[in-house]
Amino acid sequence: MERPLTQRIFAAVAGWGLAIIMFFPILWMAMTAFKREPEAIASPPLIFFEPTLRNFEQVLDRADYLHFFFNSVIVSVGSTLLGLAVGLPAAYALAFHPGKRAKDLLVWMLSTKMMPAVGVLVPIYLMFKSAGLLDSRIGLVVLYMLVNLPIIIWMLFTFFREVPREILEAARLDGARPLRQFIHLLIPLTAPGIASTALLSIILAWNEAFWSINLTVSNATPLTAFIASFSSPQGLFWAKLSAASLLAIGPILVFGWITQRQLVRGLTFGAVK
Amino acid sequence: MATVTLNNIRKNYGSLEVVKGVDLEIRDREFIVLVGPSGCGKTTLLRMIAGLETITSGDLAIDGKRVNDVQPDERGLAMVFQSYALYPHMSVADNMGFALRMAGVPKAERQSKVRDAARILQLEPYLDRRPGQLSGGQRQRVAIGRAIVRNPKVFLFDEPLSNLDAALRMQMRIELARLHHELDATMIYVTHDQVEAMTLADRIVVVNGGRIEQVGAPMEIYANPVSTFVAGFIGAPKMNLLAGKLQCTSDAAQAILEDGSAVTLPTRPGLANGDAITIGIRPEALRVTADGSLAGRVTVVEHLGGETLTHIELASGQLATVKTDERAPAKVGQTVRLGVDPRRLHLFGPDGRAVSRRSEALQPG
Ligand SMILES: Nc1ncnc2c1ncn2[C@@H]1O[C@H](COP(=O)(O)OP(=O)(O)O)[C@@H](O)[C@H]1O
Ligand SMILES: [Mg+2]
Repeated sequence: MERPLTQRIFAAVAGWGLAIIMFFPILWMAMTAFKREPEAIASPPLIFFEPTLRNFEQVLDRADYLHFFFNSVIVSVGSTLLGLAVGLPAAYALAFHPGKRAKDLLVWMLSTKMMPAVGVLVPIYLMFKSAGLLDSRIGLVVLYMLVNLPIIIWMLFTFFREVPREILEAARLDGARPLRQFIHLLIPLTAPGIASTALLSIILAWNEAFWSINLTVSNATPLTAFIASFSSPQGLFWAKLSAASLLAIGPILVFGWITQRQLVRGLTFGAVK
Repeated sequence: MATVTLNNIRKNYGSLEVVKGVDLEIRDREFIVLVGPSGCGKTTLLRMIAGLETITSGDLAIDGKRVNDVQPDERGLAMVFQSYALYPHMSVADNMGFALRMAGVPKAERQSKVRDAARILQLEPYLDRRPGQLSGGQRQRVAIGRAIVRNPKVFLFDEPLSNLDAALRMQMRIELARLHHELDATMIYVTHDQVEAMTLADRIVVVNGGRIEQVGAPMEIYANPVSTFVAGFIGAPKMNLLAGKLQCTSDAAQAILEDGSAVTLPTRPGLANGDAITIGIRPEALRVTADGSLAGRVTVVEHLGGETLTHIELASGQLATVKTDERAPAKVGQTVRLGVDPRRLHLFGPDGRAVSRRSEALQPG
């Protein structure tokens, strides 16, 4: 179906416009990361400058980047795996054996995401403290899992609901109890959906800053805390902060870039089936 | 060997009772067809037999053993779903062999059983295809094949032909009848299509509103429907059902229809003078004849080739259908008289139950 030319032009302009608006801050940050500190705060802002790697050298010199990086990997992947371990059976039960309150439960779970995290900072902090989980990776893994669980369950639920119930019932009669229904039917049938759920969970956990900054000190600090550590004592150093930020989001940007086809495929899975 | 016994089976969804006490004795190797309008509880009944739905109360026995609490896969039955419910990511062969794989049957044995079933169903060329690459009729066959491979004691079918076009439906109907002879298994078949019921069943179970209306061989039900519901449901075109009042004199009984026309009854039914009575006349038992007791105007004539249906609006406002061989007995718009052979009349009392069977219906149980 061919749309009229004016409509196509409008769509193109709007699409590119939005993309540029969304991408601009990241671009600006990337540029700033290669400027010298005075250039970074120059007014009017500089568009042309001589790029330097000094900020990266200084940032990497001052902090053990790999330590933060591995913490981020462990915490985001770990919380995602744990989230799937809890979310898959939960979504299965909600989708295929719903109780009277299944819908309410789903809405309630999602509604917890509407509460500001800071509202539970004190209780969580105290719980972490008494459980000895402060500044521990295990603590962050469990917390991130809980934070992302509503989204994980909700997404898996919508993917599972696309699977005709009768297929599982046929398998039931063929001798497949729930675990085997999972292995032989649900996982292969909803693999794109499960994968995109996992990717989203990893990305969300990677970018989480509030809890990591408040609950970690040194041992378990992920990359978000790494960025934060450059915004503090001696005042702001835009260029170094940008370099640190770029180092922190770089891996996830690359990861997102590589997996974007998968992500889009999974997120539109129901629509195209 | 497999008998299936339902003893006062009930099903509630919350406070809604959808199956209201069903008693049924299904014999070994019988082809039993549950037929009834949409929503009457047929699927629910079948799913309870399969074990996919819990039984609210009553006893279900297979081969005399109570199976209410036995897992579906341990009941020795296979089900063909209305939607086929094939595994979309598996080949036809894997679909058919899935149950054997779950049961831990070695691969070689599995393959040979799948091939046997594929041969019976002419599916051999398609064994490597995915369900998505098959036509509706082929998918249907795969669904049946998946059931056959398991060699079950009882086959359950839930409206298996309803997604097929008319020509294919007829072909599959014949194939199912052939399969029943070949497999020698007990089959429980659910449909809302009375033609399927008439052609396939050893015995038909007519279900209405969660209850069994009548059980019997197809021709027995056709000849002696116990209620206006069964009378109207079994047989195509539908039986003509005309409401009237009973008028008895010393030597005869008549049904007086709304326009005052009188139809002579074969016997004096056990009803009081003036009671409401419904007379039922199969379209093939109604004749256009000059001395007929009913009058009406022809509204539509349908030529079906071998037979002709003439639809007539009676003077009472009720509609009647006459079935004849190829020739139409009258033209559209023409006024005609209709005659009835009293011996081919069905009589139903005020409660809609057949009058001639009244004494039976009153017996306990
Ligand atoms: N899971 C369910 N919850 C509530 N009501 C149901 C459920 N399944 C079926 N019903 C109701 O039970 C009745 C019988 O359904 P069903 O057995 O599917 O009828 P049929 O197969 O004869 O068309 C229907 O009125 C239907 O709405
Ligand atoms: Mg049904």
